Amino acid sequence: MEDTHHEEHHHEELGFWRKYVFSVDHKVIGIQYAITGLLFLFFGFCLMMLMRWQLAFPGRALPIIGGLFGDSRMPSGVMLPEFYNQLGAMHGTIMVFLGVVPLGVGGFGNFVVPLQIGAPDMAFPRLNMASYWSFFLGGVTMLVSFFVPGGAAQAGWTAYPPLAETTPAPGQALWLIGMVFLITSSLLGSVNFITTIIQLRAKGLSFMRLPFFVWSQLVTAFLLLLAFPPLEAAGFMQLMDIVAGTSFFLPSGLVVSGQALEVAGGGSPILWQHLFWFLAHPEVYVLILPALGIVSEIVANNTRKPLWGYKSLVYSVVFLGFMSFIVWAHHMFITGMGTVMSSFFQTTTMIISIPSVVILTVLLLSLWGGSIRFNTPMLFALAFLPMFAIGGLTGLPLGLSSTDIHLHDTYYVIGHFHYVVAPGSIFALFAGIYYWYPKATGRKMSELLGKLHFWPSFICMNFIFFPMLIQGMAGLNRRMYDGGASYAHAQPVLHLNGVISAAAWIMALAQVFFVINFFRSLKKGERVGTNPWQATTLEWAAPSPPPHGNFATEPTVYRGPYEYSVPGAAQDFSPQFNPDGGSLSENQTA
Amino acid sequence: MSHEIDIDKHVRTYLFVFGSLLALTFITVGISYLHLSVVPAIGLALAVATVKGSLVACYFMHLLSERKLIYAVMLLTVLFFFFVLLGPLVTETNPIEL
Amino acid sequence: MSAAAIPYTVEPRPDSGLNNVKIGIWLFLASEVMLFGALFAGYILLRVGAETWPRGAEFLSVPWATTNTVVLISSSVTMVLAWAALMKKNFSRYKLFMGLTVLAGFGFLGIKYIEYTSKFHHGYFPSTNTFLSIYFLMTGLHALHVIGGMVVNAYFWGPGSKMWKTHPQQFINRVEIAGLFWHFVDLVWIFLFPILYLL
Ligand code: HEM
Ligand SMILES: [Cu+2]
Repeated sequence: MEDTHHEEHHHEELGFWRKYVFSVDHKVIGIQYAITGLLFLFFGFCLMMLMRWQLAFPGRALPIIGGLFGDSRMPSGVMLPEFYNQLGAMHGTIMVFLGVVPLGVGGFGNFVVPLQIGAPDMAFPRLNMASYWSFFLGGVTMLVSFFVPGGAAQAGWTAYPPLAETTPAPGQALWLIGMVFLITSSLLGSVNFITTIIQLRAKGLSFMRLPFFVWSQLVTAFLLLLAFPPLEAAGFMQLMDIVAGTSFFLPSGLVVSGQALEVAGGGSPILWQHLFWFLAHPEVYVLILPALGIVSEIVANNTRKPLWGYKSLVYSVVFLGFMSFIVWAHHMFITGMGTVMSSFFQTTTMIISIPSVVILTVLLLSLWGGSIRFNTPMLFALAFLPMFAIGGLTGLPLGLSSTDIHLHDTYYVIGHFHYVVAPGSIFALFAGIYYWYPKATGRKMSELLGKLHFWPSFICMNFIFFPMLIQGMAGLNRRMYDGGASYAHAQPVLHLNGVISAAAWIMALAQVFFVINFFRSLKKGERVGTNPWQATTLEWAAPSPPPHGNFATEPTVYRGPYEYSVPGAAQDFSPQFNPDGGSLSENQTA
Repeated sequence: MSHEIDIDKHVRTYLFVFGSLLALTFITVGISYLHLSVVPAIGLALAVATVKGSLVACYFMHLLSERKLIYAVMLLTVLFFFFVLLGPLVTETNPIEL
Repeated sequence: MSAAAIPYTVEPRPDSGLNNVKIGIWLFLASEVMLFGALFAGYILLRVGAETWPRGAEFLSVPWATTNTVVLISSSVTMVLAWAALMKKNFSRYKLFMGLTVLAGFGFLGIKYIEYTSKFHHGYFPSTNTFLSIYFLMTGLHALHVIGGMVVNAYFWGPGSKMWKTHPQQFINRVEIAGLFWHFVDLVWIFLFPILYLL
C-alpha cells in the first residue's frame, strides 16, 4: 500500500515506517484505508464469484482451481454446503464492513474532509492512526477465521442466533471479535470526524457553505457513533453465549439436530435482531451517504452549474440521518411483531423514503440545462442516479409488511440492496477515485481506460442484479446452496442463474482496466496542477499532492461551495478560496 | 473557562452533592428492604437513581454550565437511548395477535 | 512533527466555545450511553420475557454492593476535588486527591473480586440463568471501564503530571476530561446498582 507514494520525498526527518506505515497524516491514512478497502472489495468479489459457480452449476466440480481448496471445503472440486455458507456470510461481512465503509468513510472521508474544510489535519491524528490499525486488525481476524477448525462464520452477515450459536464456534467467535475491532475503529473515526468538522473549519466556512460531501460525512459519523455501540453490546452477548455458555439469545427447550441443547435457556433471539438492526439499518445509510456526497461534488463540477437546491440537500440528509434510527424493525416484519410496532415501522419507513427522493430529485434537476462534461468520474456519477433510484424504489414494497410477506428473504431483497450498494455506492466510489486521484498523486487517470472500465461494468451490473429481482418475485429464496434447483416453483427462473454468473465473471474482467489504469497512471498519467477539474471547493487550493499540513497558508472562504457559471464572473467557476469572483485563479489552474 | 471564578464555592457544592448522593444511596437501599410490589419498587428505584445520576451529570460533570453543542449531542443521544429501550419493550408488551 | 499545528487543542474555538478534546470526550460518552443503553434494553427484554425473575438479593450481596456504591461515589468527589485543586494551582493537593481516586478504584475492584469469587463458590456462573448472565456481563463491562479509567487516572497522577510544569492549562483540561470519563463510570454504576441488586 506504499506504492502510491514512493516517488515523493518530503524533506522531513520521518523514517519510512512513520511516514508510510504508522503515519498520522490524514492523507496517508486515507490512502491506507482506501487501498485496504479496495483489496477487501476484490477479495469479497472473489468469494462471490466462487458462489456463483455453485449457483449456476450446482454440484459440478469447479474446473482448474477447484482442487486448491482442500477436502474440508471442496472435495474433488465440488463445493460443500458448509463452505458455501462461509462464502456467503463472509462476502456480506467483508463487502459491507471491510470494503465499502472503509473506502467511503475511512478512505474518502479521511483524505477529502480536512482538505475540503481547509484544515491542516484531523483533530486527533493519533486516534486516526489507531482507527486504521484497529480496522486492520479486524480485517486480519476475519481472514484468519477461514483457517480455524470448522472454517469461517456460516450464519450470514446478520449472524442471527440460534443458528449463529449452533454453527462451528471458532469461526463465529472470531467473527464477533473481528466486529469488535471494526466497531472500535469506527468509533474512533467518528469522534474524530465530528470534532474535526465542528472545530477545524477554515475562516469563513460556515456550516451552510460546507461542500455537501462534508455534510454527508458529518451525518455518517453520527450514525456510526450512535448506532454501532448496540451491536457491540449484542456482540458481547453472543460471544458470551458461545464462550461462557450463557443463553442471552437461546430460548428454553431448543432442539438442534434432534438433540435438546444443554443450556439454561430463557433467552430471546429477537433481542439480537433488535440490536443488530438498530445498527444495521443506519449502516446502510453509512454505505450510501458518502456515495451521495461524492456524486454531488462531481455532478456540480461537471455540469458547471450550482447544485439545484443545496439547502434541501442539507436538510434532507440531516433528516434522513435522524430517521434512519427509527426504521430498523422493517427488517423484522416476518420475525413477528404486534400491530402497534408494525404500523409504526411501516410509517417511518415510508417517511424516510421522502428525503431520499428529495436528494435524488435535487441531483437530477441539477443536470437540467447544464453543459455536461462526460468524463469518467461523471459517467460513474450519472450511472449512480438511475441505479440508486431502482434500489430505493424496490425498497418501498419491502417496507410494507403485507408485500414483505411475499418478498422477504428472497432474491428480490438481494436485488434491492445490491442496486443501492453495488451499481450505487460502488459506482460512486469509483467516481470518487477517478475524481480525486489527481489530487492524491498529481496525475490524472487515463480517460480511455476509464471508459473501458465503465461501460462493461455498467452493463454487467444490470445483468447481474435485475434478474435477481425477477427471481425473487417468482419466490426464489436467498441463501440457498443449490440456487433453487431442488424447488419446483423456482424452475421457471432457474436459467437466470447462468446469466447472472456469466455477467459477474465478465464484470470481473472489466475491472482489469481499472487495475491497469490505477497503477499505470502513477507513472504515466498526465501531470496536473492544483485544480485540474476547475473546481470550486477548498481541496483544489492545496498542491497536488498536498504536503503534510496541507495548505501553505491557512485558506479563507469567501462564498458557497458550488458557484459555477456565476453571471459576470471572468470564468465559469468561482472557487470558495478566491476573494474576488474568480479572476485571480489563473495561477491556481495548471 | 468560566470555572476560574470562585472555586471554593464550587467545592462547597461538590461536598453538598456528595452528601446528597450518600443519603440517596441509603434511601434506595432502605426502600428495597420494604419489599414493595414490583411496579412501585421499580418506579421508586429508578426515580432515585435518576436523581442521583442527574446530580453527578449536572455538578460533577459540569453539565449545568456546558455549551449548547454538548446539550444538542446529549439530547440526541438520550432520544436514541430511549428508542433502543423501547424496541424490545414493545416487542414484549405488544405481542403478535393470531 | 513539522506539520502546521492543529488549532483549538487547548484554547476553545470562539464559535463553539469548546476545545477539541472536550467535544471528543462528550462524543465518546454519547457512544457509551448507547452501549449501556443496549445492555439495559437486553435486561428489559429478558426480564419482561422471563417466567420468573429473581430478586437480586437472592443471588447477590446488597451490603457489599452498597459499600461499593459509596466507594465509587467518594472517588467521584475526590476526582472533582483533584481538578478543583489544580484550578487553585495547588499541585500537592491535586496529587493527594488524584491518588485517593486511584485507590478508591482499587477498592472497588477488590470488592468486585470478593463478590465474583463468592458467586463462583456457590456455583453461580454466567451460564446458570439469564439473570446471572446479564449481571456478569453488565458488571464485567463496567469493571473494564473502571480499569480503563484507573489507568488514565494513574497516568495523570504519576508520569503524566509532569505536564503541569510545562503546559498547565492543557494539563487541567486533561484532568477534566479524565474526570468526565470517571464520573460517567460512576453514573453507570448508579443505575446498575438498583437494577441488578435491589429489584
Ligand atoms: C428508501 C429507501 C429504502 C427502503 C424503503 C428500504 C427498505 C428495506 C427493507 C424493508 C428491507 C428488508 C427486506 C426484508 O428483509 O424482507 C431492506 C433490506 C435491505 N436494504 Fe433497504 N431500503 C431502502 C434503501 C436502502 C439503502 C439506501 C441501502 C444501502 C445500502 C439498503 C440496503 C439494504 C440491505 C443491505 C438490506 C438487506 C438486509 C438483509 O440482509 O436482510 N436499503 N430494505
Ligand atoms: Cu433497513
